Amino acid sequence: MPSFGAHAGVTDSSKSVFHLWQGFSIAAVIIGGLTVLLMLWAVLRYRRRGDAIPPQHQYHLPLEIVYTVVPILVVFGLFAATLVVENKETSNPKTNVTIDVNAFQWGWQFTYPGSNALVYGQTTQSPEMVMPVNTNVHINLTSTDVIHGFYVRAFNFSRYALPGVDNQFTIRAQSTGTYFGQCTQLCGLYHSLMFFRVKVVTPAQYAQWLDTFNNPADAAKAAAAVKTTNEELATGVASNPSNTKFGR
Amino acid sequence: MTDVLEPVQHQGHGDHEEHHGPTGILNWLTSTDHKVIGLSYTVTSVIMLVIGGLFAEIIRAQLASPNGNLVSLAQYNELFTMHGSVMIYLFAGPFAFGALANIIVPIQIGAPDMAFPRLNALSYWLYLSGAITMLLGFFTAGGAANFGWVGYAPLSNSLNTPGAGADLWIGGLLLTGFSAIFTGVNLVATIFYLRAPGMTMFRMPIFTWNMLVTAILILLAFPVLTAGLIMLYCDRHFGTHIFSVAGGGVPVLWQHIFWFWGHPEVYILALPFFGMVTEIIAVFSRKPVFGYKGMIFATLTIAALSLGVWAHHMFTTGVVLLPFFSIMSLLIAVPTGIKMFNWIGTMWRGQVWFSTAMLMALGFLFTFLIGGLTGIYLASPPLDFFTHDTYFVVAHFHSVVMALVLAGMAGLYYWGPKITGYMLNEPLGKAQFWLLFLGSQLFTFPLYILGLDGMARRMALYPHDPQWKMLNDLSSVGAFVIGLSTVIFVINVVVSWKKYPAGDNPWDAHTLEWFTTSPPPHHNFYRLPQIRSERPTWDYNHPEHRTLHHGEHAAAEHAPEEAPV
Repeated sequence: MPSFGAHAGVTDSSKSVFHLWQGFSIAAVIIGGLTVLLMLWAVLRYRRRGDAIPPQHQYHLPLEIVYTVVPILVVFGLFAATLVVENKETSNPKTNVTIDVNAFQWGWQFTYPGSNALVYGQTTQSPEMVMPVNTNVHINLTSTDVIHGFYVRAFNFSRYALPGVDNQFTIRAQSTGTYFGQCTQLCGLYHSLMFFRVKVVTPAQYAQWLDTFNNPADAAKAAAAVKTTNEELATGVASNPSNTKFGR
Repeated sequence: MTDVLEPVQHQGHGDHEEHHGPTGILNWLTSTDHKVIGLSYTVTSVIMLVIGGLFAEIIRAQLASPNGNLVSLAQYNELFTMHGSVMIYLFAGPFAFGALANIIVPIQIGAPDMAFPRLNALSYWLYLSGAITMLLGFFTAGGAANFGWVGYAPLSNSLNTPGAGADLWIGGLLLTGFSAIFTGVNLVATIFYLRAPGMTMFRMPIFTWNMLVTAILILLAFPVLTAGLIMLYCDRHFGTHIFSVAGGGVPVLWQHIFWFWGHPEVYILALPFFGMVTEIIAVFSRKPVFGYKGMIFATLTIAALSLGVWAHHMFTTGVVLLPFFSIMSLLIAVPTGIKMFNWIGTMWRGQVWFSTAMLMALGFLFTFLIGGLTGIYLASPPLDFFTHDTYFVVAHFHSVVMALVLAGMAGLYYWGPKITGYMLNEPLGKAQFWLLFLGSQLFTFPLYILGLDGMARRMALYPHDPQWKMLNDLSSVGAFVIGLSTVIFVINVVVSWKKYPAGDNPWDAHTLEWFTTSPPPHHNFYRLPQIRSERPTWDYNHPEHRTLHHGEHAAAEHAPEEAPV
């Protein structure tokens, strides 16, 4: 089946969304194609050929009823498909991996409740959110200042980070790898550069990674990194175009 | 069939047909004539279209390369904010209900003027001062507003966006908002109380019907925006905390208020243009509007549904009820589809005349079809999570608004001769059409692909990727082609200036405005025909070609003439 421009992504939900996308696209292509053909036929077949006045018909009630009722049925079909995917995507199944994601102007902080792990980075530093594969990962999304958007292309998903609201959703990635994410909701001057990455690793690697934060030296290093990024931002490093070269 | 003229009954105080008043600039400054005010609106709003278009060209030039250095990050934020603001607040709405509706609606219903001529003048001056106020932001120290045309709190509060540019944006929007409200009051009163004898509600042209519904939507939606803007101003300057968490406020409340205005606004912008296209397709197919009553009920349904769909702009906030707003939004596709099929039905078995106005209207049909179909995806929350704030959304609403620009141009080519008394040059008009139409598709299609591939909107810079650069370049070329079509339009106006006299009814059109002179006299009519259908001028000119009922055959033309009832 054609992709209609979209992609399947790497999570359970992203694949359902992709299939929903294909379903909507098939409906759109059929209805849109039919409409364009009718339009072209009307325009070409009935183009002006003289000064004769055509029959002045105005109503055809049965036809009008058909093109009212059929779209209603199509719409309810699309709505039913929407509900199935939506319920799946917004369900919060039980899990024991939780990540607190906090967005701020202009960067991201990822903390892991129950461990010392902390990842922090601003703009083009693209901090990495590490998460295990084939595991339900529960995300608590918050913002410290304005509204931001948590968007990962490979997840086919976005959600606002709202100040004062604890937004929750669950992701289940099916393959390991590093995926590009960014803030998609306008949040001020450096919005164009507010990147992050999602690194999906095996559960063993994940446990190992969490463990590195239990070493006091690493914790100190992480704290130092936070300080450095603040200083870098203050000197305007983020506005330097050479720092904007990033992969997807 | 000779004695079908009815004398004009002026509702005023015995106005004479000849108007003795100031001329030239003094006339423009003091006039309360709906045609003069409408013309002022037309010129001002087209200037706004050009200004907003120039911002767009700078944006597309910046995006022609991933690390564009044409503008700074700060300037880019100002540019797309003011591009959206100018186009939505200062062009599309005022052009539809200030310019064309102001001129055409009173004449279409056989009225001498709007119900409240002085209020009408106030509307225009409020609009002009609001427009200037908003644009003055560029001359302040901190630059113009830079928080997007939606002004989401708390980015738009005084902490995150200090400076006068944002305040001027709020002030300008308040002024133009009141202008819209007053025009809404005026249109409703005019349509309800100043219709000529015989002009019943179901004999009103579709354009007038759509303007009535638009005006009612304005009255329901704009006061909400005005209230929201006052709250925002209080948050910025008087220490309230309506939209800030720190003081116990709720940022999302701004989105609710904004979109409770914002989604009806989409139809406030679209319905007038739907009306224009309906008239134009019927006239240039030489047939009545197919499914006239169905068209009206579709318009009413769209208006009713539009008040219950605002939160589909907020699916990704995570704090709205998804299924309700999803089904309400999906259902809007039904009446919109009815309109689309009615437009095709109007052309069916007609005599389709490819004038510039008709070509523009056909361009609208195709472009709006694309914009409408892609809108259906966005009504589905999972697909909205996927595409929200990406270029897919940008492409979707630009397909819609480019369709409206095509419809607006159709309106100018169609009604321009009535307003000025002179036709525009047709070959130049057709050149403009092809550039505008093809430019619009070239501009939007790459953006759909980019959005699906993950390019976020409102970014001055984007990743280095040959495919993304190529798609952005194609889109930029499309935008420049659209700009070129506007240049051709301006050339056309200059070249055709007072060159081709139009006559009263150059298109063999249907409605009352084509019964009077071009341009119409001071109080619009010296005489009126009998109004026995929604096509009084057609009935007068073609008494033997009246509207046929379903099942009735054209052979009925040869039957003995009956008095139309």
